[in-house]
Amino acid sequence: MADFDVDRIRADFPILSQTVRGKPLVFLDSAASAQKPRAVIGAMVHAMENQYANVHRGLHWMSERTTEAYEAARDAAAGLMNAADRSEIVFTANSTGAINLLAHSYGRGVMTPGQAVVISEMEHHSNIVPWQMLRDSHGIELRVAPVTDAGELDMAAFEGLLADGRVGLVAVTHMSNVLGSVTPAARIVALAHGYGAKVMFDGSQAIVHRRIDVQALDCDFYCWTGHKLYGPTGIGVLYGKRALLDRMPPFLGGGDMIASVSFERSTWAEVPHKFEAGTPAIIEGIGLKAAIDYVQAIGYPAMERHESVLTEHAMARLGAIEGVRIVGRAQERGGVISFTLDRAHAHDVATLLDRQGIAVRAGHHCAEPLMRRLGLDSTARASFGVYTTLGEVDALADGLERVRSFFA
Amino acid sequence: MSEEFADLYQAIVMDRGRRPRHGVRLADFDATAKGDNPMCGDRVQVWVRRADGGIDAVGFEARGCAISIASADLMVEAVQGRSAGEARALFSAFGTMARTGVCPECAPGLMGAMGALAPLSGVHEYSSRVKCATLPWHALMAALDGTKEASSE
Repeated sequence: MADFDVDRIRADFPILSQTVRGKPLVFLDSAASAQKPRAVIGAMVHAMENQYANVHRGLHWMSERTTEAYEAARDAAAGLMNAADRSEIVFTANSTGAINLLAHSYGRGVMTPGQAVVISEMEHHSNIVPWQMLRDSHGIELRVAPVTDAGELDMAAFEGLLADGRVGLVAVTHMSNVLGSVTPAARIVALAHGYGAKVMFDGSQAIVHRRIDVQALDCDFYCWTGHKLYGPTGIGVLYGKRALLDRMPPFLGGGDMIASVSFERSTWAEVPHKFEAGTPAIIEGIGLKAAIDYVQAIGYPAMERHESVLTEHAMARLGAIEGVRIVGRAQERGGVISFTLDRAHAHDVATLLDRQGIAVRAGHHCAEPLMRRLGLDSTARASFGVYTTLGEVDALADGLERVRSFFA
Repeated sequence: MSEEFADLYQAIVMDRGRRPRHGVRLADFDATAKGDNPMCGDRVQVWVRRADGGIDAVGFEARGCAISIASADLMVEAVQGRSAGEARALFSAFGTMARTGVCPECAPGLMGAMGALAPLSGVHEYSSRVKCATLPWHALMAALDGTKEASSE
């Protein structure tokens, strides 16, 4: 697709033609979960209607075809991230599942007590709590890299946390779900590797907005979730370098992850199946493949351009409203904007925007420690997708102006 | 433009949300409890002073949205001077009103108090906001029951 035609894209998303509370839906909550194009919906329905059986075990035609369709998602994900090999793509339920897998398998199986994990102050709870559990059960120290007032990772402090050489793993966001800040991934990897630490990025937000090349980045792990990338819920990806995945013990035990089982001992299947116990999310995998194809057809350069136009426009319009404070002023940022309005609580703002058909999120955005760092209880957050229009950004600004005058 | 918001944000809700009359910690109290809505971060603490088996005075401190603060403020006026049993009946009736918008048969004998709480009935249109309105009541019930924490989750 050479030219980015947002109207044509919108036509791919059936839900966007809805009205809400009598107003056209202005959906600005894609960072929580994105809407689904007809291609994804259709692929999933098609599978259930025409081509469905369990995967990896059937000897019959239907199982073989379904396995091919499901495994094609692994190739698509490997292609999307430029993984060196398809076996480096482990399917999980979501990013939370991926991080728990890593904390359990790499944290308990490869790291040793006394080592440390570094996270940042702007992590989603899903990239905090699994490491706290690892700390408490396995004697791993948890270190937290601070963010600056602008909402950027404090790189000097980050390097300081690595200096004693005891950090086994750096697990940080590639893009904040609250501030929109994009972290300097290449520098993080270079620094961490320099001190002997491996790196995992939580790319749940970043992969929606930026082309990810795990080989160019040289990161060791990278996770994301399908439902934010216009795919279905229930499927996510943990990328890991093959040599590391090979060293890691399984996380969940069960069917599909074994080579053989006896009551005395079992042996594990090869990577990635070693980490995929039980019947996987087959239909969701097929939907994810369609979502990846959809995104690839639009192309990241076009998506990035579209998003930066929207973001710039939104920063200018929201920033011009009296009493609106945009939270986070990172140089590198994606299409996620948190803001507060003087005299109005974020929940009231969100409800009053909802009255106008405008969907934003309000609250702590599953990042309570970041909120505390910023001295806030909550913010409202607008986030953009491929289908977001400049007109919707204007609707947000106009709607917010009404809320402001109501609370004035 | 404000009329389009007025179903939920009536004048009294806006006023009490901004300038609560009873948003104070009681110096002299018999029971206190906190309410916490972990999903949104709203927090409230209520203090209760009893007299003659009834509720003599209630004060609160809250961090949260206009709905939760206004609800706490109106709650104080609804329960002061009543018995704990009446307060429980009001909580039950108010919960129904917050979820459904009406409570035709509830809290017989307490219709006046229910009428004063009616400006909050608009939350029933917003399922995610119902718990904003009920959070201070959960805290009050916890204080009356002698438990320290309540959650509207």
